[in-house]
Amino acid sequence: MDDKIEIGHGSGGLMTQKLIHEVFMKHFDNEWLRAEGDSAIVESTHKKIAFTTDSYVINPLFFPGGDLGKLAVCGTVNDLAVTGARPGYLTAGFIIEEGFSFESLEAIVKSMKAEADNAGVCIVAGDTKVVEKGKADQIFINTSGVGFVDNLHSSLAGGGLIKDGDVVFLNGTVGDHEAAIINAREGFFESAGLVSDCASFNGMIRRLLDQTDTVRFMRDITRGGLAGILHEVAQMTSLGFEIEENKIPVGESVQAFCEALGYEPLHMACEGKCIVIAHESESGRVEAIMKNHEYGKNAARIGKVTQKHPGEVVLETIAGGRRLLEPPREAKVPRIC
Amino acid sequence: MKYIDEYRQKHLVDTLLSNIKAEATGNYHFMEVCGSHTHAIRRFGLPSLLPENIRLLSGPGCPVCVTDSNYINKAIALTADRNNIVVTYGDLLKVPGNGKSLRDCREEGADVRVVYSSLDALTIAGQNPGKSVIFLAIGFETTAPATAVAVQKSNSQNLRNLFFLSAHKIMPPAMKAVIDDGITLSGYLCPGHVSAITGSSIYETFPEEYNVATVISGFEPTDILHSILMLIRQVNSGDFKTEIQYKRAVKPEGNQRARQIMNQVFELRDDQWRGLGTISESGLQLKDTYARLDANRQFNFRIPEPEENSGCICGEILKGKKQPEDCRLFATVCTPRNPKGACMVSAEGSCNAHFKYRNYG
Amino acid sequence: MCLSIPAKIEEINGNKASVSMSGNRYQADITLLEEVAQGDYVLLHAGFAIQKISEQHARETLQLIEEMNRVKNE
Repeated sequence: MDDKIEIGHGSGGLMTQKLIHEVFMKHFDNEWLRAEGDSAIVESTHKKIAFTTDSYVINPLFFPGGDLGKLAVCGTVNDLAVTGARPGYLTAGFIIEEGFSFESLEAIVKSMKAEADNAGVCIVAGDTKVVEKGKADQIFINTSGVGFVDNLHSSLAGGGLIKDGDVVFLNGTVGDHEAAIINAREGFFESAGLVSDCASFNGMIRRLLDQTDTVRFMRDITRGGLAGILHEVAQMTSLGFEIEENKIPVGESVQAFCEALGYEPLHMACEGKCIVIAHESESGRVEAIMKNHEYGKNAARIGKVTQKHPGEVVLETIAGGRRLLEPPREAKVPRIC
Repeated sequence: MKYIDEYRQKHLVDTLLSNIKAEATGNYHFMEVCGSHTHAIRRFGLPSLLPENIRLLSGPGCPVCVTDSNYINKAIALTADRNNIVVTYGDLLKVPGNGKSLRDCREEGADVRVVYSSLDALTIAGQNPGKSVIFLAIGFETTAPATAVAVQKSNSQNLRNLFFLSAHKIMPPAMKAVIDDGITLSGYLCPGHVSAITGSSIYETFPEEYNVATVISGFEPTDILHSILMLIRQVNSGDFKTEIQYKRAVKPEGNQRARQIMNQVFELRDDQWRGLGTISESGLQLKDTYARLDANRQFNFRIPEPEENSGCICGEILKGKKQPEDCRLFATVCTPRNPKGACMVSAEGSCNAHFKYRNYG
Repeated sequence: MCLSIPAKIEEINGNKASVSMSGNRYQADITLLEEVAQGDYVLLHAGFAIQKISEQHARETLQLIEEMNRVKNE
């Protein structure tokens, strides 16, 4: 096989067919791809379908804890899961820069397959384009996903179920992904402790939805970090949050990384974390279910919902002071001051 | 984390607060002159914990904030030549000169690189022999030694393509200028890491001549509260002196070797401080011995007159006379995303800290 | 200014030392310090070790504050 992607691989002729068969179909292999139709025909098991899309761009492509491929699957699976859906099928669209290595492409594709198996989803349709050198930064991936929503959970996505007094949970440490990426890219430290947390946590969400009655809302924490999404949800629902800083789990290496370079862990992106909002009466159960799952081992109750300061997130600091927890507003740089 | 978590224990914070409340019988105005203190105080929500008769003011402690527009404009001018690589700490990247920042220059194709250590500039110079590499040396006494070591290494390695543009400044003249300007001050919360280098004697004039309580403070919540308690006790007793709260990192004699190296490389000159004007003998510039590495002497700068935004009161804020909330541009036109003045650009600027860590309740 | 973090000296190599901060390792420049030994904690600022941290003073400071509590409760 060739060792670099060429423009011809995206032109639709024999080279494209070769690429599709020898890389994508070989690794993703399933009945839909084997049928080679222009669309995949899948069965819907429910009336309500969740549908989402995301595009994935990252530098470096391979980092501690994962790679672009793994991210492209987790991100979309998680978006489906937090709206209460059972993730079913994904599509994968690739835009590849001329000259990109076959070896890297294959590694990314294998990673996608492994994560798809982990999450219990199938990649049933895809597309590939190749652009001239310089017109794309190595490789971009878009994945869209469909999932199936029980009627019982059809109102989860909007946030309309959240009530004053509800409890906020986090399924583990924050900031791991972005700290790992920044460090992999900039090479500040050698560290075994800075590892992306990217993971498909739909299994944990499914257990929660099956075994509890009062989950009101969930959202995965990506760009903007915990502060970013709490702020988003507060604005969206016109409710407020009271969060306890000393309850928010932050890994030691991530904490030290942030302290040394002037980054704020609560602003750093995660790729395997979510907030879950549930009624106070079930808080013990929610926490136990999360902690019992691989992707919720360090779960914690971090605060509650309030109607007292709509749209605002108030943080009780580790010193007991109170301040607003603002979302990040600008790109991050390390500082010495 | 060792030497950090122990100083964040809530029960110690509570102890200090109850002592502070019991002993703060008067009215106190304490100024800190270190961006890291500004940041820590806001980040830990300390103003929401202290009684109202203790006012914490921010002085000119953020080196980015006090770096004047001329310096940024020089840095920007350097980026215009595509044979130059401008190397900077992250803090300076977004500071606007005349309408443009180094980040804007980078987006336009200039080679601007962010580093963690001044020594990274030597590596970049070594890897790019055909280019001129200019390191933007900002910071107070904490950071000047790092530049000095880099200058000496560059010299001894005979690197011909590395230059340093110094904006280094020293604290005490600015601290004096603030008081001379007429502000009411009961005490100075002195910068712990500057003092790790300088030692405690540089602050002597404040208790001795100005009757200002003076405590050298660490940066954790217990350090800051402990220092506030020590300041209150000095004011209450009238016994003004320079005390070290941050004993684990600050020796009275400071770091003599660091100061020696600084003195070999730098000499004191008058310098322009944004908001404070010219302060004599407050800036560090390269000695003649190192003229070959001094960007100020090796480059011709054609820079525009600095623009100041009308309505921007960074100057008054840097002197502690006004609070960010007093500025009509604060949080309306001037935000971290779209900063109009240096106090908002720098993560440790007063306005930025007030915006990001709005204290509540 | 002066964002500095305590870091532990793991290994010394001339005027560089491999320091660790909760699992993160960095080659710090120790030119500014006269004597450091493996196991010492230093303040790391902008890639340089700028001062040693005194364990004794660290403990004494904490003890001083703890004792304030006891005095108050008497």
